[in-house]
Amino acid sequence: MSEENQLFSPKNIKLLTDPLNDNNPVTVQVLGICSALAITVQLKPAIVMAIAVVFVLVFSNLIVSLLRNLIPNRIRIIVQLVIVASLVIIVDQVLKAYAFDVSKQLSVFVGLIITNCIIMGRLEAFALGNKPWASILDGFGNSAGYAAILVIVAFFRELLGSGKLMGYEVLGHKAKTIAESTGLYSYGYENNGFMLLSPMALVVVGLIIWIQRSKNRKLIEA
Amino acid sequence: MNTNSNAYTLTFAVIMVTVVAGLLAFTATSLKPLQDENVRNEKMQSILSTIGVDESRENAGNVYSDFIKQELTLKSDGTIDENPVVKAFNINLKNEIKKDPDEQRYPIYLAEIDGKTTYVIPLHGNGLWDSIWGYFAIDADENTIVGCVFDHAAETPGLGAEIRESWFEEQYIGEQFLKTTGDFSDNSFVSVRTVKGGSKADDKHGVDAISGGTVTSDKLTIMVEERLRRYLPYFENN
Repeated sequence: MSEENQLFSPKNIKLLTDPLNDNNPVTVQVLGICSALAITVQLKPAIVMAIAVVFVLVFSNLIVSLLRNLIPNRIRIIVQLVIVASLVIIVDQVLKAYAFDVSKQLSVFVGLIITNCIIMGRLEAFALGNKPWASILDGFGNSAGYAAILVIVAFFRELLGSGKLMGYEVLGHKAKTIAESTGLYSYGYENNGFMLLSPMALVVVGLIIWIQRSKNRKLIEA
Repeated sequence: MNTNSNAYTLTFAVIMVTVVAGLLAFTATSLKPLQDENVRNEKMQSILSTIGVDESRENAGNVYSDFIKQELTLKSDGTIDENPVVKAFNINLKNEIKKDPDEQRYPIYLAEIDGKTTYVIPLHGNGLWDSIWGYFAIDADENTIVGCVFDHAAETPGLGAEIRESWFEEQYIGEQFLKTTGDFSDNSFVSVRTVKGGSKADDKHGVDAISGGTVTSDKLTIMVEERLRRYLPYFENN
């Protein structure tokens, strides 16, 4: 077997793809909902948050996996927390330096990545008992599963709530009167202010779960 | 090696903490200049936005001196400190308000738009979880608030954090902190309060508080009153 086959063996591929659908951390395990509600009003902070979580989860999985035979069992949770917290602080500091506006928008939620159940869950359930490469794939798969839901929710909330995507007015410009407006707004279209409120994120996640389960029969509990 | 022994556990913890501390200290120190630059530009952007000048953060530094003509350092009796130790712009209010009142120095910014002076005063206080701060632009009548920006470090998103939103800030525009313009006595000074349940439309000294953000709203009222009171002697002298 060539090395590439070993790296991307069917078992490893499954680690990567499973969390995207069958075992999605948000829609199936219902973890990390708090941040999914809070930072999905616009696409940009959602994408940054997604990247931050991918970074933190991949690296914390990798580090914990490398140290898995060295970590004293009695303080393993503390060790995991220290690793996650350090990575999160690094992300926070980098954002403050290079993406100041986004870091203000995300505010406390960057810090709350530390307590994101997805991360501690993967460290405890996977990285502590598996080799580094598998842990990286698992971390990437799970955080990508989380990221995908985040971005989908943010896409619909920003589009329907404020008529924009990434801050661009994709539906046309809304002026004070219909006559001055362009695009869809010139036909009297109105943004749905409800989409900007947190509960709508939950409704959108609910709709995603509905669609996912109607397509994927094995998720339906008997 | 027995990874369950006390000695091993302790050694592991000590090594881990040292490595992590070193790594974080390095990251924080090396990014500090960039972060400070951002904070400085944002401060200029905030000051400019209270007087109605909307600039991007990057550009705020360039146009700042076109609008802000004077930065003064005030003593607690309202007189101007001619030889301040720290320049007005660099005063850290957070540390300043902890000092002995006689030693405190308050910055005030004088903006000039169309020949009319507008005063910009910085605010700083404690919110529910961490600091809250902001800027008031005060009209030449030394009573009416013409612009307002608030910000916070860690108030609850969706609740207390709403103080940063424009719907909340805009309420302050047109409010007055004195009952009688030009009378700076205690009888006349009423500040601008956040009113739980909503302020009356004709109330010149109150704005709607935030539902679910009562503690932040109350702390904001305290901050506004405390800071405005400090500037009364200065306004009285001018």
